[in-house]
Amino acid sequence: MPQVTALPSAPPERDERMLVAVFCAYTATATLWLLFATAIGVLLAYKFGAPDFAPGAWLTFGRLRPIHTNATFYGWASLALVGLAYYVAARSCRTRLYSAKLAWIGLALFNIAAVAGTIALDLGFNDGNLEYREWPWPIRLIFLAALLVTAWNLIGTVARRTTHDIYLSNWYTVGGVLWTCIIAIVAILPWYQHGLGQVSVSGFYMHNAVGMWFTPLALGIFYYALPKLLSRPIYSYALGVFAFWTNLVFYPIIGSHHFLFTPLPWWLQTTAIVFSVAMLVPVWGGSANFLLTMRGRMRTMAHSYALMFIFVGVVGYLVGSTQGTFEAFRSLQEVWHLTNFTVGHSHLTMYGFVTFAIWGGVYALLPLATHKEPSQVGLTLHFWMAVVGSFIYVISLSVGGTIQGLDWLHGAPFIQSVIDMQSYWVWRGVGGSLMLLSHVVFAWNVWRMTYGSGAPIEPDRRAAAAPESPE
Amino acid sequence: MNKLVLIAGGSTLVYAVLALVMGVLPGIELSKTPPGPGVEPLTSLQARGREVYVSSGCSYCHTQQVRPLTQDKIFGRPSAPGDFAYQTPELLGSERTGPDLTSIGERQPSQLWQYIHLYNPRAVVPQSIMPPFAWLFEVVDQAPPGVTPVPVPKSYAPAHGLVVPSPDAQALVAYLLALKQVKLPDSSAPPAAAGAAAAPASAASPAASSGYDAAKGQALFTATCSACHQASGEGLPGAFPPLKGNAAVNDSDPTKHIHVVLHGLQGEALGGVVYASPMPPFGATLSDADVANIIDYERSSWGNHGAPISAEQVAAQRAKSQ
Repeated sequence: MPQVTALPSAPPERDERMLVAVFCAYTATATLWLLFATAIGVLLAYKFGAPDFAPGAWLTFGRLRPIHTNATFYGWASLALVGLAYYVAARSCRTRLYSAKLAWIGLALFNIAAVAGTIALDLGFNDGNLEYREWPWPIRLIFLAALLVTAWNLIGTVARRTTHDIYLSNWYTVGGVLWTCIIAIVAILPWYQHGLGQVSVSGFYMHNAVGMWFTPLALGIFYYALPKLLSRPIYSYALGVFAFWTNLVFYPIIGSHHFLFTPLPWWLQTTAIVFSVAMLVPVWGGSANFLLTMRGRMRTMAHSYALMFIFVGVVGYLVGSTQGTFEAFRSLQEVWHLTNFTVGHSHLTMYGFVTFAIWGGVYALLPLATHKEPSQVGLTLHFWMAVVGSFIYVISLSVGGTIQGLDWLHGAPFIQSVIDMQSYWVWRGVGGSLMLLSHVVFAWNVWRMTYGSGAPIEPDRRAAAAPESPE
Repeated sequence: MNKLVLIAGGSTLVYAVLALVMGVLPGIELSKTPPGPGVEPLTSLQARGREVYVSSGCSYCHTQQVRPLTQDKIFGRPSAPGDFAYQTPELLGSERTGPDLTSIGERQPSQLWQYIHLYNPRAVVPQSIMPPFAWLFEVVDQAPPGVTPVPVPKSYAPAHGLVVPSPDAQALVAYLLALKQVKLPDSSAPPAAAGAAAAPASAASPAASSGYDAAKGQALFTATCSACHQASGEGLPGAFPPLKGNAAVNDSDPTKHIHVVLHGLQGEALGGVVYASPMPPFGATLSDADVANIIDYERSSWGNHGAPISAEQVAAQRAKSQ
């Protein structure tokens, strides 16, 4: 890891090299976490059919399950999105990174937290606050430190912009990092969370940690990469601003919809449902904005895997979030809550939306940074295995989860719901294995775009890749 | 610069207010929820068991929340705010790959069953996909004083030696057996039976007295009885008595059979064996028609040939014992 300080007088080439090195390192470590988290996921899926496989304490389901989710969230998605956010901030503000040193410190802190969290969970040190709040709190403090460093660095970068306006992408990324600092503090402070009080905080945390962290950063990537790839401005900048503020106001209120029908106050549950419906405003507004930007460019889309990944990501955002609204209705939650349908939903959103958005961003921007392209075969294999795999995954768990819920509703003996799920769990494993294979290919692609020898990018894209000189 | 302050600072301020109103303040307020009457803190052994529960990740597949919904009635009465007073970290859970455990100490009060099931769940529930927790047990040549070896069925037991629970397993099972719902003072309905409890009163309704429903009997037996007595009706040797060929089940006088299902049984010799585990009473959780269906299923399965009974007989015996 090169320890370079961003001196104000550093020559532009050196700034450029540092930015590219930071972007590469975040993407590469994130990819390692993706491989790890998915491998654990496939092992977990296998255990549904072979519960006596790998039975020891360190490989038991209950310890690997939080390792899978936390490694995905805080290893893969967080690192990849922060790497992209740095690159987008420096480019769209036509400036250099505020401090490469801070970026390296952040990278180290994110990775230390994820490694320590993984080890702690595997040893059975689990704070017990489902979901993704399981790391022991000192480790979550390390993650918070990483967030603070990142916020500082992103704000510093935007502050020294040479453009007049702050491009919309940075609203989402800077906002997302700052809000997540608040979420992390709210979640860590122990003094006010006991019993039912902790349930309400869990509800708040569970949804804010995804909705105010991954969602805004992924949307920030869309707002930058899409116009860049299509060489046309975003359909409506104002709509993007509107979606930003509505997302900010509506999203924090919906957390308790994870605890409908619990003894949480009825007003808290009902407010959560009402704002889950209100979430359709920023979701449909944002999705329409992206889709209308793509309109009439289907031919360009078909020739660019970066655009195809982003297209799937936008569809995942639209469908996954809309599904979330419907799941929040009491009538539908009666059937779906606590079933595998929820697992399908979380993969539709964290995978179909966030992960595809990251891939779209990486394939759109990393070659511009390094001037190295992955192979067409690698792109094709990655895209189709990921799409088909996640499709099988989500469909099998959605159908199976519905059957599970109906079994309960019809008063079948509980074990019947386990028996009925078996074939759907097999299909989930098939989908998951395809996803894992696609990630191996993705890792190869990342290698070619960063430290390996990828094909040089085409001359006409080189123009777009050239460091934008300050206006 | 001003614009950056407006966007970053403004949105963060808005978010901080929302986090306060939707996260922190409800957290503070609800943390003050007093324990319900009769809700007690755990003993130190049970509390240790709860830590094992958390660190083993039990709550990724088991909830501890009973919703006021029909399908949750089998797990007890709807959870009340006061139930959670001593529960930090909260373990309400997000998925029910396995059943809810809010009242597992009432539904499955046999310590022996819990040990066998933890050691390898498939030893008692063949279709279960729960992981084995064999690492919470030790295999020894001779059981230490005061510790009873677990009668793991042969096909699941180690080739040599005795299976004894480790202190962690003992704590975990102590915790599981402590998971019971305190009866709500304002509700006359017994736990686990808000709907079923209404049934005994209306047992004379046409549907209830229309006789034996074989499919319903089998479903009820699977949900209520087969974890111990097994789908084969053969029980587990040394742990749970067989119903196949059982004297009370084949007796033409059903009094004893009905009595055991309604009121449970403990410490009685069956076929020369005294079983350590008590059978829990089901009178409070099952309607007369359900009890009759289960009894008729047992009396007509596995080569048994006890005379069928009716819901009215169950009602009569229930009335007599009150």
